[in-house]
Amino acid sequence: MKLHEYQSKRVFAQYGVPIPPGKVATTPEEVEAIAREFGGPVAVKAQVLVGGRGKAGGIKLARTPGEAREVAQAILSMTIKGLPVRKVLVDPAVDIAQEIYLGITNDRAARRPVLMASSEGGVDIEEVARRSPEKIARVHIHPLLGLQGYQVRDVALRIDLPREHWKAFTKVAFGLWKAYQASDATLAEINPLVITAQGEMLALDGKMIVDDNALYRHPDLAEMRDLDAEDPTEIEARKYGLSFIKLDGDIGCMVNGAGLAMATMDIIKLYGGEPANFLDIGGGANAEKVAAAFRLILSDPKVKAVLINIFGGITRGDEVARGILQAMEEVKPEVPMVVRLVGTNAEEGLALLKGADMLTAQTLAEAAQKAVAVAKGGEA
Amino acid sequence: MSILVSKKSRVLVQGITGREGRFHTERMVAYGTQVVAGVTPGKGGEWVLDRIPVFDTVAAAVEATGADTSVIFVPARFAADAILEAADAGIKLVVAITEGIPVQDMMRVTTYLQEKGTTLVGPNCPGLLTPGEAKVGIIPGNIALPGNVGVVSRSGTLTYEVVYAMKLRGMGVSTTVGIGGDPVKGLDFIDVLRMFEEDPQTEAVVLIGEIGGSSEEQAAAFIREHMTKPVVGFIAGQTAPPGKRMGHAGAIIEGGEGTAAEKIKALQAANVPVARHPEEIADLLVDILRR
Repeated sequence: MKLHEYQSKRVFAQYGVPIPPGKVATTPEEVEAIAREFGGPVAVKAQVLVGGRGKAGGIKLARTPGEAREVAQAILSMTIKGLPVRKVLVDPAVDIAQEIYLGITNDRAARRPVLMASSEGGVDIEEVARRSPEKIARVHIHPLLGLQGYQVRDVALRIDLPREHWKAFTKVAFGLWKAYQASDATLAEINPLVITAQGEMLALDGKMIVDDNALYRHPDLAEMRDLDAEDPTEIEARKYGLSFIKLDGDIGCMVNGAGLAMATMDIIKLYGGEPANFLDIGGGANAEKVAAAFRLILSDPKVKAVLINIFGGITRGDEVARGILQAMEEVKPEVPMVVRLVGTNAEEGLALLKGADMLTAQTLAEAAQKAVAVAKGGEA
Repeated sequence: MSILVSKKSRVLVQGITGREGRFHTERMVAYGTQVVAGVTPGKGGEWVLDRIPVFDTVAAAVEATGADTSVIFVPARFAADAILEAADAGIKLVVAITEGIPVQDMMRVTTYLQEKGTTLVGPNCPGLLTPGEAKVGIIPGNIALPGNVGVVSRSGTLTYEVVYAMKLRGMGVSTTVGIGGDPVKGLDFIDVLRMFEEDPQTEAVVLIGEIGGSSEEQAAAFIREHMTKPVVGFIAGQTAPPGKRMGHAGAIIEGGEGTAAEKIKALQAANVPVARHPEEIADLLVDILRR
């Protein structure tokens, strides 16, 4: 789960990372009032969960409260990469002397967290990694020992940070590490971490991604979820424990298992079709869950055919068949359907579906070819 | 011979009295696996299937039954604790089926297990199947024949699809290892490839990967340098959009890295034929084993 900039920065601040005293607003009038209260130039920043908001015009400086209201008006009516801007963060503007990058993420191959820093802050770190990888200092953190002071000094030296800032940098690095660990983050990033003209260190931006699997032990963070940033069908899917992602094609897919679901999408493409979605009904899905999955697929008017591919293991073919029949009662689909059931209780499942108007297939290749043919309006 | 599990494995089920644990214990026993004990804290003294004793702790179970392999069905929030308990009780091989364990838990667990010398398979995996001998986990036993092809995979049902297609062509499996779909896990492709290379029964290997991370690229480099046995591959997720997590926590294309195209290229550069769809793997194997 991604957190907004203002949420991330507040979490960082709880662990001792200095941040600007910003405030969140939803209307231009509020922004004007906040700017007046701060009494100087301010930065007005769109709070949307996508990268590149600066380039899209979602971050603007304003010298006066009146100007702040004007830029807020513009920003609050923007849609950035499909997401409407509903909130802005108003921070007092600062004079920047230097911009640094500081982040912690999981290095899955090393099976431990990695702290990364670069003297080239303020730009996309992936861009720096491509262009000049030597500019990024990395250090792995032992999961049981945690970040050590010498590791921070080592990084400070490698990014040529002037010694007078080492103490402040150490405080920020440890604050970020504690925030990362305490929040079960998979990413905690400050970009840029700035040194102001007055010589202070300040986290000007913040980004955090929290491990969805750990949200049960962080109810405070779970509450921060921004439902506006998600596709409504994906929210509906989560309610039923389904994993669903909408795509652009016209063949709806219902599969058990993430790997097999991806392979099913791929084979549709291989035979000249386009998948409309990724959908994993998970292991041991019951009829109710299958019916919910079916409704999700058919809620997309672009869908011209549905391919159901179930390899029964924990999931039982007869349960899936019952779910399909239940959903067909409710939704009364008009698109053709291709069903392939293999494994646990597949015969029982196919027997249940016999009365329904459905195409069946033995192999995955056969199922995909049939689905592609009927989606194009042909005979299977 | 096979790898990791055989009919000699003495298996302990952690979470044996839960719905999943009980169901799959029945299946494992029916397949012929030696399930010698179960553990559920608070339920010590009970019996499952009238012949498998349940203990409160793994240490007590190991002492009484000599279990050497543990399979974990406990819910995600207690799973890290269960894995550590197994390692501390001297279990040599832990197979974690549980899905949804927080990744920071897994980083601490894998670090500790490495120090203890305990082997971990998973989490979020279907487990292990050595056809005709034993199954530890949830892979349906009847979809694979005994044979000489080793299978290693990040995905559960996709593996079933592949070994079933092999069975229809009369080809069997030495051992199938589901390493799981999580970003931080125990055994990775390279570890299992090394075991298959050393296993006298295994003559060829199937590697089933998916988008996300760089395990397949590392496996390709390992195959080029160290494998004498032929390997065929499949990568799921060629049509997956970047930035979206495709079900598995590990299956996400981040910053343009971990795409199927890159992985396929790396495998092909290591002389690994890559199937276009899962059933085609069986065709590629027929070609290779005939040579």
